[in-house]
Amino acid sequence: MKVKDIPQDNNSSLAGETKVIYARSDSGKIETAQTSGWDVEAVVLEQAIDEIHRQTKEAYARAVAGRTSPLEFHMYNQRMDLAMLAQAVGRFQWLVRRDFDPVRFKRLPSERLKRYADVMGLDPDSLKKLPEDYV
Amino acid sequence: MSDSFNHQHAAHCETGVMSAILRRHGLDISEPMAFGLASGLAFAYLPMVKINGLPLIAYRIPPRMIIRLLSRRIAGLSMEFRKFRNEEEGMRELDRLLDEGQVVGLQTSVFFLPYFPQDMRFHFNAHNLLVYRRDGSEYQISDPVFSHVVSTDAESLQKSRFAKGVLAPKGMMYYPTSVPAEIDFKRLIPKAIKLTTRISSKRSPMPLAGVKGIRRVARKIEKLSDAEPRYANLYLGHIVRMQEEIGTGGGGFRFMYAAFLQEAADIMASDLLAEAADKMSEIGDEWRLFALMCARMSKKRYGDTFASIAGQMNKVAQMESDLYDLLSTYR
Repeated sequence: MKVKDIPQDNNSSLAGETKVIYARSDSGKIETAQTSGWDVEAVVLEQAIDEIHRQTKEAYARAVAGRTSPLEFHMYNQRMDLAMLAQAVGRFQWLVRRDFDPVRFKRLPSERLKRYADVMGLDPDSLKKLPEDYV
Repeated sequence: MSDSFNHQHAAHCETGVMSAILRRHGLDISEPMAFGLASGLAFAYLPMVKINGLPLIAYRIPPRMIIRLLSRRIAGLSMEFRKFRNEEEGMRELDRLLDEGQVVGLQTSVFFLPYFPQDMRFHFNAHNLLVYRRDGSEYQISDPVFSHVVSTDAESLQKSRFAKGVLAPKGMMYYPTSVPAEIDFKRLIPKAIKLTTRISSKRSPMPLAGVKGIRRVARKIEKLSDAEPRYANLYLGHIVRMQEEIGTGGGGFRFMYAAFLQEAADIMASDLLAEAADKMSEIGDEWRLFALMCARMSKKRYGDTFASIAGQMNKVAQMESDLYDLLSTYR
């Protein structure tokens, strides 16, 4: 790729930052240059974020209906999935999934609640609650 | 000491950090050179490791390996690596080193670093950065993937150093204890290239790495026509993100490696390496075309199909295979 062909598509995900890309100058030397993003990257990042959003929304609806605990909602909302959360707290996936039961979740020992909250970067109190609305 | 830090914007965190550390200690080494000498280039497809339900695909050797291999290979360079069980102790030790004027490399989780734009904050635990000064509870950071220096508060930094999960950093910090005045390039370059060709060529013993790994992913893409469309799109998007979005210098590190080969060609006065650099740069272009096709596919225009995308990937595999064959004749 030549330096003049580097896409400069002002990706919103970069929030005004730039990235380094290696490209060929007129003299043929491959050197560093800046890019403000590429549409291709924007498309695939949007897909990934939409998917997380979809899962979060679904978990929110189920949590409101009392079919899952706020834990599952917050897990997706903090960009994790079951495998990641289980790995982070050092418990089996089926044990974590068991805590998605709203009744069980209410009785969760405060220590375990804190552990979940810590790995997600939340405080234990907000982990217990659902936001008013999630769109 | 170190009131101003000679910050340099890099494409990738690990190579950027190593290049910056060594430069600070008087050993001038570019990012591509650090990448090449660590045999950083690769392709790996690990279907058994799942990230959000998608297989792990990487365009370079595993995280931390670049730093480790460099410190092992460069004669006279020794690095101190430390992990901590106790979070407070980990922060105290960092402060102590900073007060001594040391510049310290840290392994961190992107998710907890407030200076990252929201959309880029994922749970990736192997992000590398350099802390060069502390002002009270503010840490001044040279993060290679940013164009400018940044800063963060102690609490966020502690959270990000002690994030849990896959590749948990466990407070890992590193700094050089001795840095040589120069590198024996004539010895290291051939050695580093040899390992890269070994890992990736068609004769590689690893069926999921290099050319073989690329071909395997291509076969998998062909079969995506039977999969649920949403999954198929996410699958292709995931590959593209690993290739372009996460700081690879474009074309899944191929452009950066081409820059290394070019630099190596000058040092070794080798026409073969110069030719290899041109070919690697063309391969990078083909990877970019592959990414473009994947992104277009989800928009259902231009008539791309899973077969044509797989075809493009096989084309790249063949070009890489030929290039590794060429490089394996280099002595």
